[in-house]
Amino acid sequence: MSRNAEFRVWRGDATGGALQDYTVEVNEGEVVLDIIHRLQATQAGDLAVRWNCKAGKCGSCSAEINGRPRLLCMTRMSTFTDDEVITVTPMRAFPVIRDLVTDVSFNYQKARQIPAFAPPPDLAPGEYRMQQVDVERSQEFRKCIECFLCQNVCHVVRDHEDNKTAFAGPRFFIRAAELDMHPLDARTDRREFAQAEQGIGMCNITKCCTEVCPEHIHLTDNAIIPMKERVVDRKYDPLVWLGNKLFRRGKD
Amino acid sequence: MSDHEEHRYDVLIVGAGGAGLRAAIAAREEGLRVAIICKSLFGKAHTVMAEGGIAASMGNVNSNDSWQVHFRDTMRGGKFLNIPRMAELHAQEAPQRVWELETYGALFDRTPDGRISQRNFGGHEYPRLAHVGDRTGLELIRTLQQKIVSLRQDEENAATGAAGGADATAGVDHETPGDADAGLRVFAEVTITELLTDGYGAIAGAFGYRRETGTFIVFRAPAVILATGGIGKSFKVTSNSWEYTGDGHALALRAGSTLINMEFVQFHPTGMVWPPSVKGILVTESVRGDGGVLRNSEGKRFMFNYVPEIFRAKYADSEEEGDRWYSDPEHNLRPPELLPRDEVARAINSEVKAGRGTEHGGVFLDVSTRLPADVIIKKLPSMHHQFRELADVDITKQPMEVGPTCHYVMGGVEVDPDTAAARNVPGLFAAGEVSGGMHGSNRLGGNSLSDLLVFGRRAGVGAAEYIRGLGDAVPEIQDGDLDVAAEEALAPFRPAADGGIGENPYTIHRELQQVMNDLVGIIRKEDEVQRALDAIDALKARVPAVSVEGHRQFNPGWHLALDLRNMLLVSECVARAALARQESRGGHTRDDYPGMNAEWRRKLLVCSIHEGTGNGKAAGPAGITLTEEPSPVIREDLLGLFERSELEQYLTADELPADTTATGGAT
Repeated sequence: MSRNAEFRVWRGDATGGALQDYTVEVNEGEVVLDIIHRLQATQAGDLAVRWNCKAGKCGSCSAEINGRPRLLCMTRMSTFTDDEVITVTPMRAFPVIRDLVTDVSFNYQKARQIPAFAPPPDLAPGEYRMQQVDVERSQEFRKCIECFLCQNVCHVVRDHEDNKTAFAGPRFFIRAAELDMHPLDARTDRREFAQAEQGIGMCNITKCCTEVCPEHIHLTDNAIIPMKERVVDRKYDPLVWLGNKLFRRGKD
Repeated sequence: MSDHEEHRYDVLIVGAGGAGLRAAIAAREEGLRVAIICKSLFGKAHTVMAEGGIAASMGNVNSNDSWQVHFRDTMRGGKFLNIPRMAELHAQEAPQRVWELETYGALFDRTPDGRISQRNFGGHEYPRLAHVGDRTGLELIRTLQQKIVSLRQDEENAATGAAGGADATAGVDHETPGDADAGLRVFAEVTITELLTDGYGAIAGAFGYRRETGTFIVFRAPAVILATGGIGKSFKVTSNSWEYTGDGHALALRAGSTLINMEFVQFHPTGMVWPPSVKGILVTESVRGDGGVLRNSEGKRFMFNYVPEIFRAKYADSEEEGDRWYSDPEHNLRPPELLPRDEVARAINSEVKAGRGTEHGGVFLDVSTRLPADVIIKKLPSMHHQFRELADVDITKQPMEVGPTCHYVMGGVEVDPDTAAARNVPGLFAAGEVSGGMHGSNRLGGNSLSDLLVFGRRAGVGAAEYIRGLGDAVPEIQDGDLDVAAEEALAPFRPAADGGIGENPYTIHRELQQVMNDLVGIIRKEDEVQRALDAIDALKARVPAVSVEGHRQFNPGWHLALDLRNMLLVSECVARAALARQESRGGHTRDDYPGMNAEWRRKLLVCSIHEGTGNGKAAGPAGITLTEEPSPVIREDLLGLFERSELEQYLTADELPADTTATGGAT
C-alpha cells in the first residue's frame, strides 16, 4: 500500500538553514529513516543523516520528529495519520554540522572525564565471581546505546549552554551508577565523583531522560536518585557507607 | 596537494569494531603510537549488532569442553577448509580473551556459581557462548571503547604526574608529547580511500577524508591494520549496515595483497522478512539455541528432513529426542535446528521454493509455544523489542517469520595466522571479518566475536614486532601519490563528460545489490554467475560517469560514490570465485555441482588485482585475477582429534593419516 506523504526536513549548516518541503512515497511497514533514505536516493542525494544498524541497536539516527526526540529507525510511519505533515529536525541541544547531523563531541568529552573501571587487584582474569542478581543492576545501564537523546532532552543543558561545562548529563550519571553498582569495581568514590565533578546535583529530576530513553532504562529512579541520595548519606554518615562497602565486597 | 591535515603514528587501525579496538589496545600496550579510524562515530561499529555471544571453551557450563573440542567444531562448521593454524589459535586463546574483558569492566550473564554463563549455539558441541542477553555485541564494543578511554586517561594522568612516565617509546615525531592524543587517538567519521606505499610496496600511510567537513586527511604510518568488517552492502537483503562496503578488502587488493575464500558468503538463516523495510534485519540464533523451532506453513518441523549425512550421527532424528536435549544434553542428541548456518539457510530456501513458506516468503520461527513469556523476555529482550516495535509481532504469543539474509563473508585478506600480516605487502595487517581463512567455508555463530578478540590482539602485537624490526628504515609516502588519491576522491564532483547529469550513485548501488542477490546469492548456477559478472562489468563502466550534487561537507551521495568502487571490486571477487569453484561447500552452493568434493577442499581460490590503464576518470576499470593455490596441510596432531571415519568424508585418500595414527578422536 503506497501513498505520498508530506515531509519538512531541516536543511542547512552551522551558518543557518531552513525547513524544506518534500512530497515522498511511503509504503507499508516503513519507518521515518526509510523515508529519509528515499529522499536521498531520489530527491536530495546530499541530505546528511547519521544511521547504522536500522534496528534500534546502535543509537546513531537520533533526531527530532515533530519536535519529539526519537530514533528515526524506530519511528514507524503508521504512527502518523495520512494527512499529517512530518517535520524532521536535528537534535536541538547539540551544534548543527549539516542537515540532521549534529556535533555530539560534548558526550565523548564527558565520557573521558569519568575514571574507568578499576579492576580488583587481587583477582586474575578468569577468577571473577559475581551473582546474576548483582550484575543485573549495572547491566540495566549497560543497555545504553548512546543515542544521546537523554542528553538532548535534559533541560539543564538543552536550554542552558553554559551548564555544559559543569554538567555531565544523564547518560554519564548512569555510567557512574553502573560503576558504583559493579560488584567488583575497586574504586569507592563513584558517588562523590558524580556529585563533585559531574554536577549530578544540578539535576532536578524532571524524568525527561527516562521518558525519552529508547531502551527503557530507568535513568532517574534506578541511577540518578540513588546516586544523589547516597552521596548525601555518605557525607553525613561515613560509617554507614563503610559498612555498605564492606558488606558488598564481602558477598563476592 | 593543499587543504589537508597530516598525522604521524606508528600504526593506523582502519576500523573501530571489535577487531580494530582490540588491536589498538594490544598495539598501545606494546608501546606503539596508535591512530584508530572509525567510519562512523566511536562505539557505533557493526559489532554492536552481534547478538548471541562469544564462543570460548571456558567450560563453565559443561566442563567437558576444551580448545580441542572447539577446534573440531570450527573445522566441521567450515567443512575443513579453514586455515587450520587460525582455527587452532582461535580455539586456544578465546577463553583468555573473554576473561580479559572482565578486567576491562564487562558484565556477562552469570552461572549460579558466579562464573560467566555460556549458551548453546548452532554447531557447538557444548554450551560455549559467553553472552549478555541478546546484546553481547553492544557489551563487547562498549567494553573495548571504555578500555580505550581508560588507556588515554592513564596517559593523561602519567603526563600530569611524574614527568615523562608515559613515554616509553622512541622515535617518530608526532602530536604534542604528554597529550593523550599522541599515544592513542580516535578519529571518528573518517573514511580511508587509499593505502599509500613506498617505492618497494611497503606500507607508508593512508589517505582519506573527514565526513564532517569533506576535507582530506593523511596518515604517515609504517603499519596499517585493516579491521573494516565485511561486504554485505553489495547484497539487497542483508543484516549489515551502510559501513559494510568491503573497504578493507578493496584497500588490500589495491595495495597489492590477496584475498582468499571470497566465494563463501554466509546467509544467516533467520533474518526478518516482513515488513519490507526491515527485510534482512537479524534474528539471533539464540532463539533456536534457547529452544525456538522452525516450522513450515504446514506446521511441520522441517529441519528433521535436512540433516546431511556428515552430521547425521550428531543430531536427533525425532522431535522428542531433540526436545529432551535441552534439559539432558548428555544422553540425547541436539535438534537439527542447531545445525550450522549454511545447512539451515539452504533448508529454509528449499521449503519456501517448494511452496511451504509463509505469506511473506519465509518460514516460522517459534519460541512462543516453547518457553514461558517471562523467560523469553529475559533471554531475548532485544528480539522481543525489535518484533514488537518494527513488525507488530509479540514473540511471546506468535511465531516470527524469518528467511535467509546476507550476514557475513568468510573470505578476506590472506594473512599469516600468527601475526595477522597480509600477504605481499610489508606493514599491512588484517583482523576480524576482513581477514580470510579462519572460518573456512562457513562460520559458526559465536566464532566471530572470539575471532575479533584473538586476531585483533595478534594483529596489534604483529604490527609492533614489524615496527621494531624496521628500526630507522621507516617507509615514506611517494611524491605524487597524494595528488592522485585526492583526484580520485574528488572525481564524483566533476561534471559528467557528456555534459548530462551523470549517473546517480544510489541507482548503481541498487542495481548491484539486485544482481548479487539474484545471481550470486544463496544458490548459484554457472550461467547466472556469468551473467552477474557481465552485469558487474557494465556497472563498473558506468562508475566513472557518477556525478553527485552538493558540496563536500557530510555528503552521503559522495560517500556512496566512493564506496561503490570497493563494492564492485569485492563483488567481482565473489562472483569470479563462485564461478570457479565447482562444488558445494558451506557458504557456496552450486545447483549444478551439488556435492562436496574432496579434491576441491585442497584448493584455495586467491584473488588479486590487475590494474586498468590510465589515471582517474580515464582509467580502464581494474579487474580481478583468480588463481588456484593449495590449501595448507592439516597437521597430524590436529587430524588426530577426529575419527578416521569422519576425516574420510572430507579428505582425499592420500591426505588421510596412516591407519596406525588414526586412533585419537572424539571424547
